Amino acid sequence: MYMLKYVLKRIGLLFLSFFVIMTICFVLVKLLQPELPMLGQQAKAELARREALGYNKPILEQYAIYLRNIITRWDWGTSWKIDYLCDVRKVIADRLTPTLILNAYSILISIPVGILLGVIAALRKNKPADHIISTLIMLFVSVPSYVYAFIVQYLLGFRLNLFPVMLSSLYDAGGSWFSPAMIKSMALPVLALSFGTVADLARYVRAELTEALTSEYMLLARAKGLTKTRATLSHALINAMVPVLPMIISLFLGILGGSMIIERIFAVNGIGSLYIKSIELLDYDVFIAASMFYTFISLSSSILVDLSYGFLDPRIRMGAK
Amino acid sequence: MKYGVSTDIGAIPDELFQFAQRDMATCGNKLGAKPAGYFMDAWLRFKKNRASVAAAAIIAAIVLFGVFAPLASHYKISDADGIYAKVRPYNPLFAGLGIGFWDGTCKKVLNDKYQIYLAGIGMGAEDKDGQAASWAAGTASPWCPIASEGEEYLKEGGRYRNSRVDTYKLVGFKYLTVTMDEYESIKAWEARTGRSVLYPMVDTSGPWCDPYNADDANFWYRHAPNGMPVDEKGRKMDLETVMRGGLVDNYVRDKSGSVVYCLPRDKSMVQIRALYCNYYIYRHGYGPHHLFGADAQGYDILVRLACGVRLSLLLSLCVSLINLTIGAAYGAIEGYYGGAVDLIMERIADILGGIPFIIVATLFQLHMVNTGRVSTLTGLLLAFVLTGWISTAYTVRTQFYRFKNQEYVLAARTLGAGDLRLICRHIFPNAIGTIITTSVLVIPGVIFTESTLSYLGIVNFNGATQTSIGAMLSNGQGYLATDPHIILFPSAVISLLMISFNLFGNGLRDAFNPTLRGADE
Repeated sequence: MYMLKYVLKRIGLLFLSFFVIMTICFVLVKLLQPELPMLGQQAKAELARREALGYNKPILEQYAIYLRNIITRWDWGTSWKIDYLCDVRKVIADRLTPTLILNAYSILISIPVGILLGVIAALRKNKPADHIISTLIMLFVSVPSYVYAFIVQYLLGFRLNLFPVMLSSLYDAGGSWFSPAMIKSMALPVLALSFGTVADLARYVRAELTEALTSEYMLLARAKGLTKTRATLSHALINAMVPVLPMIISLFLGILGGSMIIERIFAVNGIGSLYIKSIELLDYDVFIAASMFYTFISLSSSILVDLSYGFLDPRIRMGAK
Repeated sequence: MKYGVSTDIGAIPDELFQFAQRDMATCGNKLGAKPAGYFMDAWLRFKKNRASVAAAAIIAAIVLFGVFAPLASHYKISDADGIYAKVRPYNPLFAGLGIGFWDGTCKKVLNDKYQIYLAGIGMGAEDKDGQAASWAAGTASPWCPIASEGEEYLKEGGRYRNSRVDTYKLVGFKYLTVTMDEYESIKAWEARTGRSVLYPMVDTSGPWCDPYNADDANFWYRHAPNGMPVDEKGRKMDLETVMRGGLVDNYVRDKSGSVVYCLPRDKSMVQIRALYCNYYIYRHGYGPHHLFGADAQGYDILVRLACGVRLSLLLSLCVSLINLTIGAAYGAIEGYYGGAVDLIMERIADILGGIPFIIVATLFQLHMVNTGRVSTLTGLLLAFVLTGWISTAYTVRTQFYRFKNQEYVLAARTLGAGDLRLICRHIFPNAIGTIITTSVLVIPGVIFTESTLSYLGIVNFNGATQTSIGAMLSNGQGYLATDPHIILFPSAVISLLMISFNLFGNGLRDAFNPTLRGADE
């Protein structure tokens, strides 16, 4: 009962936040005056277009129309600058694919590596293996992702010439996201994306597992006569995973958001570069839709993470006083 | 052990007993040891964490670098010399060693023609009077750009060598247009210092100069349209011939056969051919040396980087202080009053916290900065302030919830302390440790976000008088393959800054956590 009430409350709050943020975005963006052509036929056409699209109506009226279109038809508007006359839903869906694939690869690599490193460090606590892993974790958590993107690009791409330095376009790679050429060109961005995730995950697993290993139920398990391996695997590791799994969930949601900076360095035509382009070109509908996309991801990931604690660990009761 | 383990007091002889405090006053003594206060205690524990102390030292060094490097350098942030664009880092300590590290050289693949061209700069520099200099004199010249010659190898029918080339000397000669007065003053300067600036003018319109190369003052020798040198009769010379017999000059000579050092351009201006490095010394009083190299626009990377560090630190310090103030006040009110006040304020914080920061920053830039209302830095600061205080407020609120119902607060209230006094004097000090830690940990976050936003171009710090680390990285990214030094130093400094701040923050967190007291002993 607690749980249901809590979930409903959180979802209600999500929609409230979403609505408020969308209103702010819409009003603020519409207040901006783009540069309009001043002379000739083009100016006339542009002004007529703006009139026809209702850009000259009061902003709140425009907002009401915009909201009505979204609610009744799930219509997020039209892109005028980035993909001329293209539906915003399609523009976003197109850009989402490369972001999604790149980040999915990166997550698939990072999760096992991160957990493994964390477990090794925790089991060998205060031994050389732990010191090495902990130092590396500290390094990779702190150093900004673009710095190792540069390193990877320079060393593996330019100097050793092992991989292409940029993501190849869909056309060059034979029209498929899964062709060998495409996968090869994805190696560097995936690598650059993975360092930080691996370090984050390993740090978390190490901290949780260290705590679990020194807890009293482990002492009990050993006292009962379980071997160290058995006790670690079936008691400590499982308990340590409880806080780690929500983190993995938030990583999965982070996939959708992607990393703008890695996309820019490796010329990925993804959702991050779409957002930046929409600011530069002031493509209203794309900008609002992309902003709301990011907002939705960040809002819903915080809810899902909080809820997953409750589902995974029966000791935690959501919303309980 | 003389008296065994007997616990029978009666068995101990009386003479072994002494009065303990016969001459001492038993009360009114001050304690011998100094009491360790909260901050003293934290400092004592912080000192033990060697990594954090080292990190603090590195941070201090970077701060000093940011503050003093622009003051100590010859260059100003706005100094851009396109002629020395992309020159390599040059450190006088490593310059004469010929080890190819931090001495302003870069690796270049030289074919025969390019080898002659580069040696030609040295030969030309030795040939002030048009008397011709030999190959040996040219390559031994201090102006010859070839720092060390690599092994020769054959590839696809051509001869190549992987030599190291001094990027500063590569500039060689330049045609400059100066006034007559300046020409005279250069001559006077030459006589005074013994450095040569003026070199013989080249006949660029004659048959022995390819019109394509007419602007390149380093082609002082007779050459064919493909750039290979030719002798007096117009026969092409290969590398061996040049090495034996030298190059044939293409200087303008007057009737008596001697070279001329300037050609009239119009009524008051003359064109000269200057050895640019010496001309640079004549103009500025110091040689062209960039400790961290120069970027693609010819800005000095060291000064720009120090200014970027300044900007990052200034911004993050302001953000940290402002957020600390707002967050502490907000959290205190929330936590102290609780109930409906808490609920409403918490919802406001939730909604504000839900907006992705990148959107806040973008909207501030579009509305406040691009319209010219505030500067870029202020716009970014406002964006950080809008949502940055939420985590501090949350921490303070938790602390208030923990302490506001404790007995000592009740006691103080019974004695008549007002709300403000209770908040400030009695409850708030409990939160100080956590607040300090969060405020320090905010700093690397702000630096990272600022560099990311300026890298992406959402926040534009590009300009002659301002720059940020992110902007420098963004500008240098295109030259990663050919001139990695442009990106190397900014990346290294920001990485160092982030690592140090994280280590420092962790050390502080441990130091301010009283539950860890004595845990490390």
